[in-house]
Amino acid sequence: MNRHKPDVRIRKTKSVSIQSYYPMWFFLPAGMIYGLMFLVPTVASFYFSMTHWTLFDQRFIGLDNYREFFNEPFLLKGLINTFLFGFTTSAGKVVLGMALAVLLTSNIYFRGLLRSMVFFPVLVSTIGIGITFTMLMDPNSGLINQALAAIGVDGPRWLIDPDLAIFSVALVEIWRGVGLATLIMIAGLAAIPTDFYEAARLDGATAWQQFWRITLPLSRPAIATVTTLSLIDGLRTFDLVWAMTRGGPGFASDVLASVIYKQYQAGFYGLSTAGNVILFVVIAVVALPIVAYLNREER
Amino acid sequence: MKTTRTFRSLSLALPAFIGATAIASSHDPVELSLLSDNSPNSVAVANALVAAYQERNPNVEISVEIRPGGSEGDNIVRTRLATGSMTDLFIYNSGSLMQALNPSRTLVDLSDEDFMERISPSYQSVVAQGEGVYGVPFEAGMGGGIFYNRGLYEELDLEVPTTWDAFMENNAIIDAQTDVAPVIGTFGETWTAQLFFLADFYNVQQQDPDFAEEFTAGNRQFANSEAALNSFRRIQEVHEAGYFNSDYESAGYEDGLRMLVEGEGAHYPMLTFAVSAMLDNFGEESVENIGFFAQPGDDGNGLTVWMPGSMYIANTSDHTDEAKDFLAFVASTEGCEAIVETIGAAGPFLIETCGLPDTVPQPVADMLVYFQDSDRNAPALEFLSPVKGPSLEQIMVEIGSGFRDAQSGAELYDRDVSRQARQLGLSGW
Repeated sequence: MNRHKPDVRIRKTKSVSIQSYYPMWFFLPAGMIYGLMFLVPTVASFYFSMTHWTLFDQRFIGLDNYREFFNEPFLLKGLINTFLFGFTTSAGKVVLGMALAVLLTSNIYFRGLLRSMVFFPVLVSTIGIGITFTMLMDPNSGLINQALAAIGVDGPRWLIDPDLAIFSVALVEIWRGVGLATLIMIAGLAAIPTDFYEAARLDGATAWQQFWRITLPLSRPAIATVTTLSLIDGLRTFDLVWAMTRGGPGFASDVLASVIYKQYQAGFYGLSTAGNVILFVVIAVVALPIVAYLNREER
Repeated sequence: MKTTRTFRSLSLALPAFIGATAIASSHDPVELSLLSDNSPNSVAVANALVAAYQERNPNVEISVEIRPGGSEGDNIVRTRLATGSMTDLFIYNSGSLMQALNPSRTLVDLSDEDFMERISPSYQSVVAQGEGVYGVPFEAGMGGGIFYNRGLYEELDLEVPTTWDAFMENNAIIDAQTDVAPVIGTFGETWTAQLFFLADFYNVQQQDPDFAEEFTAGNRQFANSEAALNSFRRIQEVHEAGYFNSDYESAGYEDGLRMLVEGEGAHYPMLTFAVSAMLDNFGEESVENIGFFAQPGDDGNGLTVWMPGSMYIANTSDHTDEAKDFLAFVASTEGCEAIVETIGAAGPFLIETCGLPDTVPQPVADMLVYFQDSDRNAPALEFLSPVKGPSLEQIMVEIGSGFRDAQSGAELYDRDVSRQARQLGLSGW
């Protein structure tokens, strides 16, 4: 063993371009935490996803759980809903976040106060938001439909209508998450030098042209960050859906994560572990190309 | 109580001064822990039983821990048993859910205990696996069926139905002549949507006596068994006739009880444990106007019976003997009395030495009629078979809301069931 050690080190310094400033022992604590808390569970979850597991005993069954998972009657519905939810919330947060950021970087009164208010929903527990909105969106006694009725509009049946339920939840998710998106966008806008706008105004550019030609292209790093974060958040979403509809009515608002959770609840531990591995792969497959595309040409 | 507490704190302080000659009792109190689900009934009963037992056995201290109910609670119980961190005693379902606990490896076998002789054999069979018997009932037996508004029946001169057709005729009359919703639906809490299906099992068994056995073996499906398919059709017929209350999709269980008690709905399919909740929430007079009948079948009906939940001892307990002594108390006349004092008489006890008080709430009296004739009651399917698909409640909501019909619901449930059976590792699936 000892004789091999120098070899390893030489190879390492060759292949790793950034030179390590610290001796090996310096990495030991972090390495142990990483191994114990991340490496072992990851490997274990791949193993348990291939077992028939009742918590009391497990039996290796190869890829049967994966076969079973793809036979899940509501897998397709769950997948479609997952993508619908991920993309609508992500788009909503980017568009709304950008609009709010433009508003909140302008010279308005109470800017600091307004900026913090848009961030408040981020600080509230998701489950609390879910329960609150379930009551607000009640078709008969909910405040939203009562308010709509007061101005003569017959409100939709938010969480009860099977075609609408997932979008109602998405709407709440946008409200919940737009604060963080706005914050990132504000940082992005603040980084754009004011000279560009002055030059554009001298050339007679309209407000719309300034936004389209200067603000939008130059805040691409912020947009990329918001898109990536909210897309991943949206694809693995669970808590809000569970708090508001539990995947219902029936199976109408099931997402991948709630399908998996229901399998776990039913005591199908191996099967739900396989589902989690699949969820991980799905997110990676969808998110990675988008991240790569958005970050292209960046230094 | 107050004096005991003062004494306890004194007895802690005294030995410091007087040393080993202190007056503290000859042996230290044994401490036991008991895990209960968070339903008001269970918590109240657990506390009442513990208080009554401690009064008689001051050397035992039992602390009650609370866990969530439903599937979340199932996972907590399984995880704690699997990791050896279960309390000494715990409350959990009987029947199919109990079978999933792997009782022979995690629970203490009670089959040789003297107190088991007092417990009815029909109950013992639903907490048994192999040779072992593992639980003691901590509540009364229940029935699934339909609560109804007696005043309204009198007013409209209706008769308690025994056939499904008669039931639907009553609904038609109520719908035509009053503003009352004929049937209360509370799909906001999905489990309540299962009752028309689950409570129909007596009727299934009348037409197909081998159903449970053949179903467990994987030879009988719901979708192509006429009797069982009917159980799915019931809720569809009620929905298609428009008999549900207008907010049936979002209302919850408590709303349903309120609508029943306040006369906004005429029928509510539910388990009889709801009697305790009604007594608790709306007072004693509230149930006088409420009656109960077993779910009507094609020709005649009988009661589908739910066995009570149970108390078990985890085999990791260090105080098995004391825990057994507590269970002996739970399965005694004094135990039953403590239960009746706390939540009222909600049904017949499965402990043979326990009777019921002379006056019981009206719906309970209506239910007890079915128990007097052994041909008019039969256990629910979940006590005859370990197979119960986890998606049943969602499927029932779909049928009851008109998203799919009974046939396709039954086919979907058959898939759900076969997956569960494969996960349980049953043969023949």
